[in-house]
Amino acid sequence: MTVEIGHIALILALCVAVFQSVIPLIGAQTNNSRMMEFGDRAAVGQFLLLAFAFVCLTLVFVASDFSVKLAALHSHSDKPLLYKISGVWGNHEGSILLWILMMAGYGAFVPVLGKALPPGLKARAVAVQAMLGVGFLAFILFTSNPFERLNPIPMNGNGLNPVLQDPGLAFHPPFLYLGYVGFSLPFSFAVAALLEGRVDAVWAKWLRPWVLIAWSFLTIGIALGSFWAYYELGWGGWWMWDPVENVSFMPWLAGTALLHSIMVLGTRHSMASWTVLLAITTFALSLIGTFVVRSGVLVSVHAFAVDPERGVFLLALLGLATGGALTLYAMRSHTLRDTSPLSATSRDGALVLNNLLLITALATVFLGTFYPIFIDAMDGAKISVGAPYFELTFAPIMCLLILFMGIGPMLKWRNDSLKRLRRPTLISLLAFGVIFALTALFGKSILGAIVLGLSAWLAVGTCIALGRKTKWSLKGVRAQPAATWGFVGAHLGMAIFTAAATSMSVWAETDIGTLKPGESLTLSGYTYTLQDVTGGKRDNYDYFGGDIRVTKAGRNIATLSTERRYFPVRNQITTEAGLRLSLGQTLFASIGEGDPEGGFVVQVYRHPFVVWIWLSALLMALSGFVSLADRRLHLPKREPIE
Amino acid sequence: MNLRGLIPLTAFAALIGFLAFSLTRDPRILPSELIEKPFPAFELPDLADTQTFDISLLEGRVSLVNVFGSWCAACVVEHPQLMALKNTLDLQLVGIDWRDNRQSANRWLVKHGNPFDAIIFDGNSRLIVPLGVTGAPETFIVDRNGLIRYKHVGVITPEVWTKTLRPLVESLQVASLQAASLQAAPL
Amino acid sequence: MMRWVLPILMWAVLTASPAFAQNSVDEQRARDIGTQLRCVVCQNQSIEESDAELAGDMRRVVRDYIADGASDQEVIAYMRDNYGDYVLLKPPVQANTYVLWFLPALLILLSLLWFLGRARRKRPTAPAPTTLTPEDKTLLNELMRDET
Repeated sequence: MTVEIGHIALILALCVAVFQSVIPLIGAQTNNSRMMEFGDRAAVGQFLLLAFAFVCLTLVFVASDFSVKLAALHSHSDKPLLYKISGVWGNHEGSILLWILMMAGYGAFVPVLGKALPPGLKARAVAVQAMLGVGFLAFILFTSNPFERLNPIPMNGNGLNPVLQDPGLAFHPPFLYLGYVGFSLPFSFAVAALLEGRVDAVWAKWLRPWVLIAWSFLTIGIALGSFWAYYELGWGGWWMWDPVENVSFMPWLAGTALLHSIMVLGTRHSMASWTVLLAITTFALSLIGTFVVRSGVLVSVHAFAVDPERGVFLLALLGLATGGALTLYAMRSHTLRDTSPLSATSRDGALVLNNLLLITALATVFLGTFYPIFIDAMDGAKISVGAPYFELTFAPIMCLLILFMGIGPMLKWRNDSLKRLRRPTLISLLAFGVIFALTALFGKSILGAIVLGLSAWLAVGTCIALGRKTKWSLKGVRAQPAATWGFVGAHLGMAIFTAAATSMSVWAETDIGTLKPGESLTLSGYTYTLQDVTGGKRDNYDYFGGDIRVTKAGRNIATLSTERRYFPVRNQITTEAGLRLSLGQTLFASIGEGDPEGGFVVQVYRHPFVVWIWLSALLMALSGFVSLADRRLHLPKREPIE
Repeated sequence: MNLRGLIPLTAFAALIGFLAFSLTRDPRILPSELIEKPFPAFELPDLADTQTFDISLLEGRVSLVNVFGSWCAACVVEHPQLMALKNTLDLQLVGIDWRDNRQSANRWLVKHGNPFDAIIFDGNSRLIVPLGVTGAPETFIVDRNGLIRYKHVGVITPEVWTKTLRPLVESLQVASLQAASLQAAPL
Repeated sequence: MMRWVLPILMWAVLTASPAFAQNSVDEQRARDIGTQLRCVVCQNQSIEESDAELAGDMRRVVRDYIADGASDQEVIAYMRDNYGDYVLLKPPVQANTYVLWFLPALLILLSLLWFLGRARRKRPTAPAPTTLTPEDKTLLNELMRDET
């Protein structure tokens, strides 16, 4: 019964969404407040129906009801409860349901939290959000129904892909989707503003919290994914420039640009047309990401089971949503033309430059990700674009960005002069020089020294910018709005991130060997000794593995437990790496093939500061949430105008 | 409406076009780099481990070289097609038993039938990288001079055979007949 | 002990035999080469990172060639002969990749030029678009007051 009720809830949600996408729009056009208010109630109703459907599907997985095709294909009665629940979104259909649920959730937040919004704008935004909902609900009901029954009922399920049997699955996709889907609201507000024909500073102020929320969640989602890949895939990489990673990174870059251009629109009333375009682009990139992951046009380690029909449907959805929004933009953009003068040496100018660099970085990632497709379409050649390309193109652009990030925030709005910046620049330059010299001397890497120096330049520049805002007084510190702390946290996070990522790529060390129990490898002073290797059967897999004791000069440092697991249901092998995370350096070991007589392949790593990559991302995300607390973002409640 | 406003829409339309095109392509299939190049040299035992094959195996006759293994599920699907080819044309069927052990391979061939005139045993993947193979089954058509003329990735369906492979094999045989008659003519 | 040796033997069919060079200098070279070669079946990992069997085969071929005295370029060229440009994670700079390699630099250049041009242009300050209602304007002024 649960199954049918869930299915009906989905169908009802589609009906509600259809009405929600039409009635408020008519209401806004005819200034009919009752029709506009319908949108508010429909948005909440649609969300409740979808939440209900999602609970039904979760119950199916928890009860291991294998009469449902999805559960039979992706679950197994032996699975621990946590993985039964996270298994709900560990597959195409369930993850699309989660996506829709979140989209409806954001839509429902608009009437609940947006009481101060102009009713026309709100009604239009709610309607556009519902149009997106209609598209995705049609997609799930017609091509990917999660409630499809199976006949005959199998004895047991296929099991979840072992790589996904990890707490990482429980947290990474929900956060990532909260980010991806979160950008649907800026999209809906951009389209609503175009429909209304006004994009102004008040609109920008209203949009900013939603962009902050989506951006912060996306940051957490990407960081979690990176951390998960680091410990699960067992070869010690935290980012591999895989197409699917890239498509999650592109909305992040666009969202970061949006976050900054909204500030210009909100305070200087310029960049209106650009901001609208960015809001549309950011969500379009999220949609492109969904298309890429689920259509199989780019092969990647993450890809879901591929179905061309779904690809066509998603492409049509992408084309309709983005194409429609861009058509509207083409019709209305001339009313948004910027005429105010721009001074290169002002905060406005710095933010425009920030946007240009971020968009160039985005274009580079886009080019690298999709170039194999383009070239295949042009002359049928097959090429690969891997990490070495991005290290050579993307990294220098980011360095340039960091260079400007170190000064930009010190500039005043409207107009400023470089003369005022001479002293702070010298101090930052000094920081750069000191770190550069020290790193070049002790780290023996010029490239590493340059980038670490840039991190110091950024960190010092950020602190000086804070100091100038507070006029170097404690009173000034207390008077700072939350947004200032958001800025400081995010920019310092960026500095830390840059330093950590550089350390990882310049000073990471690894060694590999065949070890019999009792034998050891030595890597920069650390001795990794393989202890007894044991094997057996656990839950739903066979395993063998053992402890690797790490000592330095006879002193015990850590014991790393690593395992290799074989999942008979899926005929798949995974490696569980043993790692000791610490703020300084992370020791990492993984066991490979082998037998007790000939020895086991053991690979060991020493990764300096790698933990800071994720901690700094967390800092950036938290800074986004801190900015939300800014009182200037809370508009006073508007009296209804009759 | 102005032209500048149309730029994003135009760019997006082009992108959609590319993405739509890419839907029609299978990114997993790689074109072979070895077309019109000689079959790589090798020295490997046969499945029974009684003799050693080298490149001379592929000279003098048109050959169909099929990469298979007892572990390969798709090979079972393809097998009836190969069985049907046995002794039909003047075509030498060569199997490369890849990443396998002899017992399982023999058991597999007993169960499904043995269409091959010769089976190269490549348990340690010696020939795989030189041939640019990415998985099993893969099939190469080699002419009588030992040149690779065609590579097919995946299962040989009856359609692939009648539409692509058979015409190619027949044209190669005609070419070899002509060459033979040219050689014979002066006599 | 034998109880778990059995499953391992069963796996042996599934996993490539371990392969790495005998001395650390060669192994380091092999690994540097390996990170530039794409595992052609798992498709977005280098052969050093991939667990796939074919990646294991390719790793072994790399080490065999190094053991035979081949240079780094020779090993990479050999792989490229067999698998095409596809096997190179760093695409070669050639006619069909000029756009890929040079567009980012061009974009940077163009955007910087545009920025300088836009900033230099002295235009009379146009009045801000007057789509704001008086109510919004007071709201906005309130909001912007404490921006520095």
